[in-house]
Amino acid sequence: MTYLADVAALARKDLLLELRSRDTVPAMLLFVVSTLVVFNFALPADAGTDAAYGLLWIALVFTALLGLTRAFLAEREQRILDALVLTPCDRSAIWLGKGVAVLAFLVLAEAVALPAFDLFFAPVTAEVVAAVLLADVGLAAVGTLLAAMAAASRARELLLPLLFLPLVIPIVVGGVGASIAADPARYLGFLVLYDLVFAILSWASFEYVVTE
Amino acid sequence: MIRARELERRFGEKRVFRALDLDVAERDFLLVTGPNGSGKSTLLALFAGLLAPTRGELEVRAPRQRIGYLAHEPLVYRELTALENLDLFGSLYRIAERRERIGMLLERFDLWDARHERVAAFSRGMAQRLALCRALLHEPELVLADEPYSGLDESGAELLDGLLAGLAGERTLVLATHDPHRVAGLATQRLALA
Amino acid sequence: MSTSLLNNRAFVLASAAASLLLAGLGLALLWIPEVEGDPAFPIFYLHVPVALTAYACFGWGAWKALRLLWLDENRYDLESYTAIHMGVIFGILTLVTGSIWAKFTWGQWWVWSSRQLVLFLVLFLFYAAYFMLRYSTDPGPRRARMSAVYALFGVVLIPVSFLAIRLAEDVIHPGPIVTSREGPQMTGDLFFVFCVSFAGMLALAAALYTNELTGKRLDSSLRELRESLE
Repeated sequence: MTYLADVAALARKDLLLELRSRDTVPAMLLFVVSTLVVFNFALPADAGTDAAYGLLWIALVFTALLGLTRAFLAEREQRILDALVLTPCDRSAIWLGKGVAVLAFLVLAEAVALPAFDLFFAPVTAEVVAAVLLADVGLAAVGTLLAAMAAASRARELLLPLLFLPLVIPIVVGGVGASIAADPARYLGFLVLYDLVFAILSWASFEYVVTE
Repeated sequence: MIRARELERRFGEKRVFRALDLDVAERDFLLVTGPNGSGKSTLLALFAGLLAPTRGELEVRAPRQRIGYLAHEPLVYRELTALENLDLFGSLYRIAERRERIGMLLERFDLWDARHERVAAFSRGMAQRLALCRALLHEPELVLADEPYSGLDESGAELLDGLLAGLAGERTLVLATHDPHRVAGLATQRLALA
Repeated sequence: MSTSLLNNRAFVLASAAASLLLAGLGLALLWIPEVEGDPAFPIFYLHVPVALTAYACFGWGAWKALRLLWLDENRYDLESYTAIHMGVIFGILTLVTGSIWAKFTWGQWWVWSSRQLVLFLVLFLFYAAYFMLRYSTDPGPRRARMSAVYALFGVVLIPVSFLAIRLAEDVIHPGPIVTSREGPQMTGDLFFVFCVSFAGMLALAAALYTNELTGKRLDSSLRELRESLE
């Protein structure tokens, strides 16, 4: 199963890079906590906990965006993607390896964000955690592909939010719904559907984004 | 090995070269010369398959895992060590007994002592030598080298001379440089880009 | 295909579009009885066909995108781009006609409870980003491929977004109750007028598409000619 070995080697590389430079995850942690604090001042006094959950999801999406902006930084600045693309490994393995690393960063950031949210605003229930984990898969899958697209353009960091936000609207719906609706299972099921559809699409089309 | 007909590549409005016809046989040594901006790097990227021609035909009879590509940049991760970089590429290239091969290359290019240092701490010459290791790790049939001497000091350049002399006649080589005197003797074919 | 042949096709399509649309408009305003409580109902004969035509354009763009990735022939890039361009134009029209209808019916220019309207807003954002992607990438095989992948994502997003919007209604933004899109039951007569309008809109989209594609192809031929003379 050299495919999985490739994915593992690539994911390991990204995690090792982050461990050495330690710039993305701390930034994401600080960003998400700062955002939650800002929300306290942005919420009117009579806003219910429902509004707070909505803001949690905004914070998560923008934290993901922050992490994704740096996803292909090394590959773009040092043109290493050229060398990776020339190896015999399947190009989708590059997507999967990078996606796994992005997922890990998201989970690390949320390991701090969710307790903070629980402390500041409203309880973090099992449904919320499940929704966050499912949403992470979708955010990482779609985000990694779009980050590669943005890296190949001239606008780079400016382009990623424009591409990312419309595509993750369904994730926000699923996440907020699972957090506040009476029947969270429907929303969790929807998140599973989103993850499946867009992960497969991203996996299959990554090749075309990084080659000519 | 390489066959080009009416090859053209443009970037937006700017056309880097046009109507290029070329034949490179196996074990040829093609020397590509020309001033900066004449399209030498673009041509090599086309041969590597990193760029597609905007017009014309290009056939490169080496599969991508048999191509060794040396670009302007070293194409290695600055925050990883020399050994980690080569280990990654060795794994991706599915090299059997890669530790041995990596060790041999590092020694050959005088980087063995620096193998646990991050590339960010390397000098330009050391990074270039590491790039050579990366490009040759999988014993490619077709070696594409874009200004391989740039950044090398005299001892590094001598190592490269020896390497090229060894490769010429054994592998197919395409070398781009704006200073051809060093390797002119080994070349079997020359292409001057305007 | 020579440009003159395309011109003929465009002319035929444009004439068909004009006649069908005029017929549809006339029928909608004069022949169909007024709907109670909804004086602006005839907009329905404009709004829904425009929306469906926008979907058709996005679908056509995605099909051309798939062909590009499959067959690796560059001409599909222009075709896909033009189709999506048409889709965005009709999308904007959908938002505008929908907004006018909302104003007449509920007194507000915007209602979050209209699934169609919200879906088109999301799609508009998505496809506007398509143009940003194209604008900020250098023309070439890479841009063509990335645009094609993005177009495919768009067409998948349409049903997923629709589902999301439906799910969102339970928890977000209650608003005026929007009756089903078709309004009152569509009798045979209403359905006929609807079909005439829809056919007219599709013909219009096809005419504009052919026209723009011809124009772009001419531009590119001219450019090539100019260069070969340099």
